[in-house]
Order: sequence, then structure tokens, then C-alpha cells
Amino acid sequence: MKIKMLLAGITAGVMFAGSVLASTLDDVRARGKLNCIINTGLAGFAAPDDKGNWAGFDVDFCKAVAAATLGDANKVNYTTATGKTRFTKLAAGEGEILSRNTTWTFSRDVDLSQTFIGVNYYDGQGFMVPKSLGVKSAKELDGASVCIQTGTTTELNLAEFFAGNNMKYNAVPIETNAEAQELYKAGRCDVYTTDASGLYATMISFDNPSDHMVLPEIVSKEPLGPVVRHGDDQWADIVSWVLRAMMAAEEKGITSKNVKQLASQDNKDKEINRLLGKDPLQGLSKLGLSADWAVNVISQVGNYGESFEKHLYPLTIKRGMNALYKDGGLHYIPPIK
Amino acid sequence: MSRKTYKPGNYPDLPPPPGTVGIHGWIKQNLFSSINNSLLTIISVVLLYYFIDGIIGWFFLDAVFDAESKIACRKIDDGACWAVITRRVGQFVYGFYPEAERWRIDITFLTMFLAFAPLLYPDIPKRKWLLYFSLIYPFFAFVLIMGGYFGLQKIEYSLFGGFMLTVILGVCGIVCSLPLGILLALGRQSKLTVVRTLSVCFIEFMRGVPLITLLFVASSMLNYFLPPGTNFSILVRVIIMFTFFSAAYIAEVIRGGIQAIPKGQYEAADALGMNYWQKTRFITLPQALKISIPGIVNTFIGLYKDTTLVVVIGLLDPLGIGRAALADTKWNGLSTETYLFVALFFFVSCFAMSRYSLWLENKLNTDQK
Repeated sequence: MKIKMLLAGITAGVMFAGSVLASTLDDVRARGKLNCIINTGLAGFAAPDDKGNWAGFDVDFCKAVAAATLGDANKVNYTTATGKTRFTKLAAGEGEILSRNTTWTFSRDVDLSQTFIGVNYYDGQGFMVPKSLGVKSAKELDGASVCIQTGTTTELNLAEFFAGNNMKYNAVPIETNAEAQELYKAGRCDVYTTDASGLYATMISFDNPSDHMVLPEIVSKEPLGPVVRHGDDQWADIVSWVLRAMMAAEEKGITSKNVKQLASQDNKDKEINRLLGKDPLQGLSKLGLSADWAVNVISQVGNYGESFEKHLYPLTIKRGMNALYKDGGLHYIPPIK
Repeated sequence: MSRKTYKPGNYPDLPPPPGTVGIHGWIKQNLFSSINNSLLTIISVVLLYYFIDGIIGWFFLDAVFDAESKIACRKIDDGACWAVITRRVGQFVYGFYPEAERWRIDITFLTMFLAFAPLLYPDIPKRKWLLYFSLIYPFFAFVLIMGGYFGLQKIEYSLFGGFMLTVILGVCGIVCSLPLGILLALGRQSKLTVVRTLSVCFIEFMRGVPLITLLFVASSMLNYFLPPGTNFSILVRVIIMFTFFSAAYIAEVIRGGIQAIPKGQYEAADALGMNYWQKTRFITLPQALKISIPGIVNTFIGLYKDTTLVVVIGLLDPLGIGRAALADTKWNGLSTETYLFVALFFFVSCFAMSRYSLWLENKLNTDQK
């Protein structure tokens, strides 16, 4: 009798655990909101406006996933994380997506049990110096003091670059980009190093941006992208195809302005029809998405290029590597069929 | 002036000679008592003028109080650009708490004074009734802030931020750590080995670990131990860590107070036949706590300021809100204004605490100074 009760208890426990481990999509739908982990503040990528609404390139991606899964780009809860806490927050389930310019590396992908669903921004680590320093190349930086964000891949890159060129440096460790700006402006460090996008964002915040320059050397590959937890392939597929849909939309010339019209007509390009739900897309039901998922994303958030222009052009960042492959960039999108 | 003569023993009280009293006299005595001093005074005044002129100019005269962005500010004038504060004051105070629900924070904050008044000021009228309110206040505040009951909209903790977050963390930490600290101090003095050992271990562990480590434990480690999906908000975890940390310090401060009480006091209590709890309640604690006031308030002010450390685990306290504001391309680079504003807030709250402690010391002062 006692054993039976025990067994019943265990079974109930297992069933309870099973219900806790429901699919991520079901969790999001049940909650009615997407939990998205973002930066505590990085110009162009994530920053609150005066009304307290988060905006930026990374924030747009959270909105896009919310639009695809919930039909409303505004149904997002934002949780902020620093470089050190972002992975544990994702692992602990405080968010379904980590959209916080995170570099895709082997150990982060494999060792930390995460899934990088693609690259939404190709970046590379650069160096910013005041022009008055008289340095023209990063190889002349022997003995310089360098401001560097802790807990990021830039730390390791910096060490490797300097060791590789037989140079020495003094690291000035800092926690956030805002802190780095202050230390750099105050002359506490000669050089500020982080991803080139961050350097440009920092530079235009100065009173005299023309007194500073980004050195030509880009010392690392920094493919930045959204991250999800291991173990839910359906969710990983949803998130990655939202990203691809945004890029495909740019490739096919679908913008937030013309998407409604294109969705209502029969287009010559059948890929547009499939993307916008006019023609059936084999397997869409397996993702658990409705036929108008991409229409929601593009009409509410815009295509990849629109998001880029809106948030990163003001920082004087150019498309460069982040153009589509047909424009000479690296973004090459698998066909949607 | 005509000289008067007086009979011996019949002098009236004459005013002091002119030039030694009043503003005139004070200036003459303190600023222009000799040639050197006069020179120094003049030089100081000139320096002070330029200094203050620059500061006032930057702070007020050349400052811009409202503008669209930093660039718009610079177009108007070249002083401080306070627009970053005025345009975002709601965010600095309430974080991302929904605008329509902010009255809940206002009410919680105002009634907090009502709840604290009977605890802080023993002479207040109707104290007994207010004490009942103080008793239910924590539940009242919790329901009002978090929502989810009585038709109030539930608010996600991730929307908390700004001064509101500082006050929540600070007040909860302070209120919870004092009783815990007292218990730990008594535990450490206890004759029961188990109680004493546990207290010593707890105190030494908490004091031996940096607060920032405890915060990382709260934000990262606890997640691994708790089952997935546990709704144990980071806010509560951080408050618990703050409480434990400051309780350990409070315990040591109070232990110092307890040990400062003359032995005769205990012996007298024993002679009266008091048991342990009576002795603690009527003899030990009242005296020990009074001696410990400066140390306790010191710890509280430290705790209050330490709340800014939550930035490293991604909670947006006023400093975090300030940094986020600086990340907005519109306001990028206005760090001086932002940090000064946050500093002012902390100064005002900490100064108020320290004034209160002085007042309390004077009030409880018997004669042992």
C-alpha cells in the first residue's frame, strides 16, 4: 500500500515536471508576452527613449519574434543583463531570447548549452584613439593603457593581438560602455577597444568626434546574434526563421510600407507569396505559426535593412559586411520554400 | 559723546564699544584684523567670485532645462543640459513602471512615512493606532507595488527601476536586517553552543564575502539550485542578500554595544531575579542599542548606497537608468549632469538618515557622554 502511494507520488511529480517543461512557444503564448533579455544600454542596439520604451537594433529583433509568435510586436517584457549575467539569465529561463549583441563562439555554443540561431550583425573588434596620440596603426600601441569591458570576448582578443605582435599593454577593466566613455574621455586610458559598432556609437557621443579615430585594424571576427537555450528545436527554428524572413524581405524588396499590398496580391515571385502566406509554405504548421507570421513581422517591425537604417545609420555605421550577399555583404539567406 | 560720571557701585550696563559687535565688528575682527589678513581676504573673495561664477553659470545661468536632445541643448546655451533629467524624470523615479499605475508607488511612498512615524518618533500623537498600521504596512505595500490582487494590474519586476528600486531595496534591507542583526548579536553572546556557533558562522561568512559576490550568487547561482520555472523574483533574492549582508554587520555593531555595558548592570539584574529574556528586554538591549546608534546608522547608510551595486546584475537603479539614458543617441555624452543628479538624490536621503540618528542620540542621551 505504502509503495503504491509512493509510486503515485512519483508519477504525479514526473507529470508535474513534464508540465513545467512545456514547449517554449506554449509558454510564451500562455503568458501572452515574450521575455527578451537585452543590453542595459548600448546606443543603436538597445536604449530606452524618453517615454521608457526600449528601442534599438537588438530590441527590434525581440519585437519581430513577438510579432511572429503573438501577432503583436509590443507584447515583450524586457529584462536587462550585463555581459556577465546574460548567459545565466537565459539558462535560468528569465527570457526566451537573448538579443544582446552576443558573439558566437564555440565554447559559448557548446559548453554553455546554447543555440546561436544565426548572425544578425557582423562586427569586429577595433581600437579607438584620440588623434592627438599620433598613432596610425594598432601595431604602434606598445605600452598603451587600454580600456576594456570585462566578461566579453574582446578581453581575450586583445591579449592575443598584443601577444601576437610582441607588445605589452595595461588593461583598465570596466563594466559598461558608458563607464568606458568616461574613462576614455578623462584620459585614463589611451585606447578604447570594443566592437567597431560600439566604437562608432561612443565616438559620436563626444563633443568633438573629429578629434578621435578608429584605427584601421580589425583584430577579431565578432558575429553577433540572438541566442536561445538548447533543447527546444521548434523554438530555435522559429527564432532563426524570423531573422531570415526579415533578411529575405529586404532581398525581395518587401518593406513595412508595401507588405500589406504584396500580401494581398498574387506576385510573380512565388517566394514572396510563400513568405507572406499567399501560397502554402510546407511545414509552417510544425513551427506553430499562423500563415501571416512574416506579414506581422515586416509590417510591425520592418525588414532587416529598415531596422538597420533606423537604428544604426544615426551612429554613422555603414552596411559594409552587413549588406546582403547581392550587395557585396555576408548575409546569404536560405531559400524559403 | 559726553562723558557721564557715576557713583561707585551704581554703573548701568553700557553697550560694548562700536566696532566690536554686530556684522561690522565681526567683519573687522575676522576678515580685516591685520594688513596680511585683509590682503588674504580680498584675494579669497576674488578667487571665490570667479569660481562661484563659473559654477552658477554652468549649473543655472547658462544651463538648458528643456530641449529635444543634447544637440538642441548645445544650440541654446553651453551650460549644463538638464533636459536629460527633466525629460526623463519619470524614468529616474519609477523606472519602467507603467505610467498609468504610478499612483500606486506614490501612495506607497507617502504612507511609508505614516507607517514609520510611530516607530521613529515615540512622542507622536495617536501612536498606538499608527503602530497597527505599521504592522500591516508591509503587506499593504507589497500588494500595492506588485499588484495581482484586488483587481490591481500585476507588474513585472523587470519594470522596476530608478529611485523607487533604491528605496525598495534600501528600506526592505534596513527594516529586515535590524531585527535579524539583534538576534545574531544575542546569538553570538549566547551560552548555547549550537546557537553561538551558527551565529558566529553566519556572521563571519557574510562579513568575509564581498557584497558583489553575494549579488552574483543571488542572480546566477540560485537559479541553478531552484527548479526551472520557479517564480522567485530576482528582486526578492537581492533583498534577502542585502538583508543578510547588513545583518552581519549590525550584529557586530550591537555586540560592541552589549559588551560596553558595565558588568554591574547584569549582576543587578541577576540579583533582582530576572530571567534571560527579561534581562535582555529591560537591561541589555535598551542600553546596547542606544550606544550602538551611530554604528547602526553608519551600516544603514552604507547599505543604502550599496544598492547601486545591483547595476552589475542588470537591475536598473538610478545609476543604471542614467547609463541607459546615456545610451540613447539623443542624450549620449551628458554623463556629468546625469551622475550629479543621482548624487544629489543619494546625498539628500543619506543626510536625512544621519540627521535623524543625531536627533535620536540627543533624545536618548542620559549622561554617559
